[in-house]
Amino acid sequence: MSNSLPREDAAHVAQLAKLHFSDQQLDVLTGQLASILDLVETLNEVDTEGVEPTYTVSNNVNVLREDLAVKSGQKAALLANAPETQDGQIKVPAIIDEES
Amino acid sequence: MTDFFQEDLVSLHKKLVNKEITAVDLAKAALDKAEHAQKDVNAYITLDRQGALKRAAEIDAAGIDADNIFSGIPLAVKDNIVTKGLRTTAASHILDNFVPIYDAAVMEKLNKLGLVVIGKTNMDEFAMGGSTETSFFGKTANAWDHTKVPGGSSGGSAAAVASGLIPFALGSDTGGSIRQPAAFNGIVGLKPTYGRVSRWGLIAFGSSLDQIGPLTRTVKDNARVLSVIAGKDPRDTTSEDSPVPDFLANIEGGVKGLRVGVPKEYFAKGIDDDVKATIKKAIAKFEELGAVVDEVSLPHSRYGIAAYYILASSEASSNLQRFDGIRYGYSARQEGQTLEDLYVKTRSEGFGPEVKRRIMLGTFALSAGFYDAYFKKAAQVRTLIVSDFTKVFQDHDLILGPTTTSTAFDLGSEDDDPVKMYMNDLLTIPVNLAGLPGMSINAGFANHLPVGLQIIGRPFDESTIYRAAYAFEQATKLYEQHPEVSF
Repeated sequence: MSNSLPREDAAHVAQLAKLHFSDQQLDVLTGQLASILDLVETLNEVDTEGVEPTYTVSNNVNVLREDLAVKSGQKAALLANAPETQDGQIKVPAIIDEES
Repeated sequence: MTDFFQEDLVSLHKKLVNKEITAVDLAKAALDKAEHAQKDVNAYITLDRQGALKRAAEIDAAGIDADNIFSGIPLAVKDNIVTKGLRTTAASHILDNFVPIYDAAVMEKLNKLGLVVIGKTNMDEFAMGGSTETSFFGKTANAWDHTKVPGGSSGGSAAAVASGLIPFALGSDTGGSIRQPAAFNGIVGLKPTYGRVSRWGLIAFGSSLDQIGPLTRTVKDNARVLSVIAGKDPRDTTSEDSPVPDFLANIEGGVKGLRVGVPKEYFAKGIDDDVKATIKKAIAKFEELGAVVDEVSLPHSRYGIAAYYILASSEASSNLQRFDGIRYGYSARQEGQTLEDLYVKTRSEGFGPEVKRRIMLGTFALSAGFYDAYFKKAAQVRTLIVSDFTKVFQDHDLILGPTTTSTAFDLGSEDDDPVKMYMNDLLTIPVNLAGLPGMSINAGFANHLPVGLQIIGRPFDESTIYRAAYAFEQATKLYEQHPEVSF
């Protein structure tokens, strides 16, 4: 198994990804990610010196439109999918932790 | 009851116009078959009996349009394509209660033509997987052998068509997710050129790779469906303003004189011997039909999987950030929690293991210090893969080879080994990285299971793929063979 992903790095990445894993899950996942990264390491066999990266094969570089607000008239339907609403708005938990 | 194994769009249309059957009859047949097959095949996540019958009755009342071959025809739709008022889950717990308020661009087009959506088909969660085993809604079975996988991620769509449950279905293909299940189920699946079909309303996985396409029993039906879903859509800025030809116009033109390249890498170690033998026989058939075949090389194709898993997972980690339990979908709300707690709890409970693995891989590849070594490196290798194809297409019209490394494998056999599962897409992924059109068509059987022949074309040249596929289909008539099931 590769050492390309230490367990503490995996824990940090989980934090960035807003995911929580139990210790046991993190152990399994770290192992799996390490084998995937072993596979990815094969890319280093390829000489890419001076090669431009391809992020998309689309020919469109920039697509611009007028910045116009359009009323969809679908507020009620949109809110119907929200887990919690109040007074016609989506309710979220407190952003600021008052105790800290 | 209508036997979809005996019909194509032309014959169904004729019967509808002649009033031998009604749109309601067809919708009922498709719904009854689907319900009957659920226990064995589990092709659907959601069936819409009420909606489909109501819609079919409306079409019957308005009268079948004799000039529109799709009028009153039932179809099934992969559950990552949003359908207004019909639950769309992407096979994930995080969206299991989600009812879209709009139709995807492709659905707008199909609805306008009077098609009837029967239901939403099973798939790998967020289209991440090669076997339809990562679905929150249980595994789908292969149409030919219910102990085998149907392939993924459009496994529900492929199994539904191959089991004779529906005349055609829509799928999506990010790394082979239309072609691989088409191969495992012995049907016709096309991934169009990137930008050919609008992705607006397709729940995003890898935005630079995803493309919607048709899964059908016959080549002509496939061409008919692409003709109506293709075209520029201003709401998808990556959709191309390329003219949409009549894909049926030259479909009977044959392959005489077509220059076909067969990559030696597509017959390397790791590809099942029976698959190789079946494909070599299929290629010999092309030569017999007049195609000029020679060996070519795609030297960087073996790096496709590594590049793909970095690029697709990075794009997925970004696309899936929107699932946070706030505006829609599953929400793990608890008293006294902070917003951060809600995000983490919702995502940890809502996503399955494969999706989490890819979010982790993608987040890692994009994180500070690793971006150049992984993301940029993979994108540079992508350039070389594109360039390999460009070189071959300078003097070849098509590329032929196997779609998959093996025939359908046993359900559950690769569950615990992500790398082994990823290797299944070895032969399809390079096509997505290069944005090319690619098709899988049944090439024959090995150990009683279908083997897929992959036909790859130049950008926006689906017409030549259809022409070649039709010539082969008519020479072999393999579509006349279907699983011995009765639903």
